[in-house]
Amino acid sequence: MTLSDNPIGASYLYLMEPEVRFLEAAVEHLIPTDDLGPGARDAGVVVYIDRQLAGSWGSHGRNYRGGPWLEGTPQQGYQSRFTPQEVYRIAIREIDQHCKAAFDRPFAQLARDVQLRLLEQMEKDEVALPSLSSKFFFDLLWRNTDEGYFSDPLYGGNRGMVGWKLLGFPGLPTSEYRDLITSSEPYRAEPVSVLDVQTGKVPVDAQGFPRHVMIKRDREN
Amino acid sequence: MPATKLKSVDVVVVGSGVVGSIMSMELANAGMSVVCLERGKQFDISTDFNASNVYDELKFDRHSDIFQNLARDTLTFRNNGGQTALPMREMGAFKPGEMVGGTSAHWGANARRFLPHDFAMRSQIEQRYGKSFIPEDCNLQDWGLEWDEVEPYYDQFENIFGVGGKAGNLGGEIQEGGNPHEGPRSREYPNPPTRQTYQGEMFAKAARSLGYVPFQGPTAAMTQDYRNLYRVQMLQCIHGGFCSSHVCSQGAKANPLTAVLPALMRQKTFELRPLCNVLRINKDSTGKKATGVTYIDARGNEIEQPASIVILGAYCFSNTRLLLLSGIGTPYDPRTGKGVVGRNYAYQQGGSVEIFFDDREFNPFIGGGMVNTSIDEFNGDVIDRGPLGFIGGAYFDNSARGAAPIKGKPVPPGTPRWGSEWKKAVARNYRRTLNIAMHGTCLSYKQNYLDLDPTYKDAFGQPLLRMTFDWHQNELRMMEYMTERCTEIGRALGGSRIGGKSKGTHFSIVGYQSTHNVGGAVMGDDPSTSVVNKYLQSWDVSNLFVVGGSAFPQQPANGPTETIGMLACWAADAIKENYVRSPGSLV
Repeated sequence: MTLSDNPIGASYLYLMEPEVRFLEAAVEHLIPTDDLGPGARDAGVVVYIDRQLAGSWGSHGRNYRGGPWLEGTPQQGYQSRFTPQEVYRIAIREIDQHCKAAFDRPFAQLARDVQLRLLEQMEKDEVALPSLSSKFFFDLLWRNTDEGYFSDPLYGGNRGMVGWKLLGFPGLPTSEYRDLITSSEPYRAEPVSVLDVQTGKVPVDAQGFPRHVMIKRDREN
Repeated sequence: MPATKLKSVDVVVVGSGVVGSIMSMELANAGMSVVCLERGKQFDISTDFNASNVYDELKFDRHSDIFQNLARDTLTFRNNGGQTALPMREMGAFKPGEMVGGTSAHWGANARRFLPHDFAMRSQIEQRYGKSFIPEDCNLQDWGLEWDEVEPYYDQFENIFGVGGKAGNLGGEIQEGGNPHEGPRSREYPNPPTRQTYQGEMFAKAARSLGYVPFQGPTAAMTQDYRNLYRVQMLQCIHGGFCSSHVCSQGAKANPLTAVLPALMRQKTFELRPLCNVLRINKDSTGKKATGVTYIDARGNEIEQPASIVILGAYCFSNTRLLLLSGIGTPYDPRTGKGVVGRNYAYQQGGSVEIFFDDREFNPFIGGGMVNTSIDEFNGDVIDRGPLGFIGGAYFDNSARGAAPIKGKPVPPGTPRWGSEWKKAVARNYRRTLNIAMHGTCLSYKQNYLDLDPTYKDAFGQPLLRMTFDWHQNELRMMEYMTERCTEIGRALGGSRIGGKSKGTHFSIVGYQSTHNVGGAVMGDDPSTSVVNKYLQSWDVSNLFVVGGSAFPQQPANGPTETIGMLACWAADAIKENYVRSPGSLV
């Protein structure tokens, strides 16, 4: 099985194969596939995380990196000397080592209920890792999963705008909002993304707004 | 290598935000030569911000390069003097800007004046409740300004920023439809008020049922096409969201880029220099006169810009830090209570109540332009706080901000943080939640202050600013009371469940709250408790003016930008009309 042998045929800039496998399994628990629609894995969240790690944010390009590095209080925020790139690389390796020691196989190959329990333990900082806090990693992973599922598809996640369809968020506004501001009628439109505009899939008018295609619905869900 | 010394100018202005742009405009317009130094990049709003990038929450709200570059400099933070302050390594509670246009380029356009009470809180509280009503460690103080003095400058700022609203008090006469608790206005707003949303109508009805007087809060997003005092045209807002944290693609949100710079750049005696980081203000041998500023330019050269007048018009943190780095004014010492620079740092309290409906659906993505329905019954001195045992107040509003999909997904209390149940709750409630926000005062305390960090340095080798700050009992009690009142309105709205958010007992630098940081170089009528006099002029160095949120002795409930703009107009007038004729102390 190749790395791009996955539902979305993705390729990766930063992540290595065991990391991709780990993340595909983990993010699918955070936002699962269900009758409301695709979960985080099929929405491309792992690709999103990969692109973010490979970009400026992954090396904290605009964040303060000077030492000394002290632990700090929860109110003092991110104080790790590791960049997000390093956090993902170190944490996934150490969680997989933990899983191999306890269950003889890496996280991605564990039964779903065992994976779920491990994630719950990580969230409570109950999985002891040698180099960093499992809760610190979990919180970062959850933040990035949420971002990946709901940000513009430009960034590799939210494929098919599944996150926006889940909410009923139409993406880019239209100039008709000027008068719809007072409306009590639910407004339902097919979402339009920045990606759609950049690729020319959706044209914009002279003012720079797309035209929305309305969704017809028989009944309230 | 010694700094390159340039030819002297009349005025050097640090920062190109609300203060820097307006003061540059006013002084250049009066014929003075003005150089404005800005650390950030320059954008062309007619081409740079459009549908191909601007409606992007990740780009502008999360990973924005129009906010301060923390890799170069940040601040350190601790809750109290017993802790070691550590750097704010990633953007959190607030988002100081870094571009030509400053922080206000990405503001939310909330354009409220303060109440007359806000300028005289200490004297009015003492008079009404006695001295002992004020907590002993509270540095509450008056501004040294009278309402009648500043009202014309509020009016001037509103006619630059095209503020839309309905007057509630015209020269003492209460007006139907406006805020009956506002200070007397000399005339109507330049633009009409916003229209009310469906949620706003529901909130207004519930508020009225409890005896309150709802009104459409003022906004600096254009409610119609508008040509301002500087003859600059701005277009009507279409309520497409992506307002706060973003630069408006339509140019409908008044800020330095849309309302001032088009006119300012035509001034022949004005020069803007972006990508310049000011290191310090220079003084002559007496230490009583500023000779100009030294900065690092875009190519990394150290440059000295001499000037007859220096205006610090940067963010609250930069204004305070530059005074400390330049050795101007006595730094505040929390052990003795003496010294003034860094004293009276304050933030903004607040919280929200969320009402979840089963039977109603909204369009939360339509908004922006600060469309809000508000009540002021709990603001300023409107309520009697004697029996309540706290000082300060809050206003409540239902605001259509344009709910962005990463940060705008409220869920009812008890919802798991992730997983299938969370996903269901998010899908269910994104369009079925009505939010009432509370915006509260934050007093100043002896223990909350700014100074230079002893350990951490910026990319130029200069000490970072250190913030020591935590919430005090007065603010927590105030918010407890406000949350009860706000929840009553929530109940009157119907809805199936009520939730909400509070800031917690201890201030945390994690997670965005508000970019309302004030104090550190406060104004007043006593040099032992203020850095600048009522004209924003340094007590120590008479040709230095320090203008901005840094001058607020404490934070009223209403957002700071309108009053920062008013102070810029006020100080510019003092320089043009009085200082230039007779340089020296204006008081």
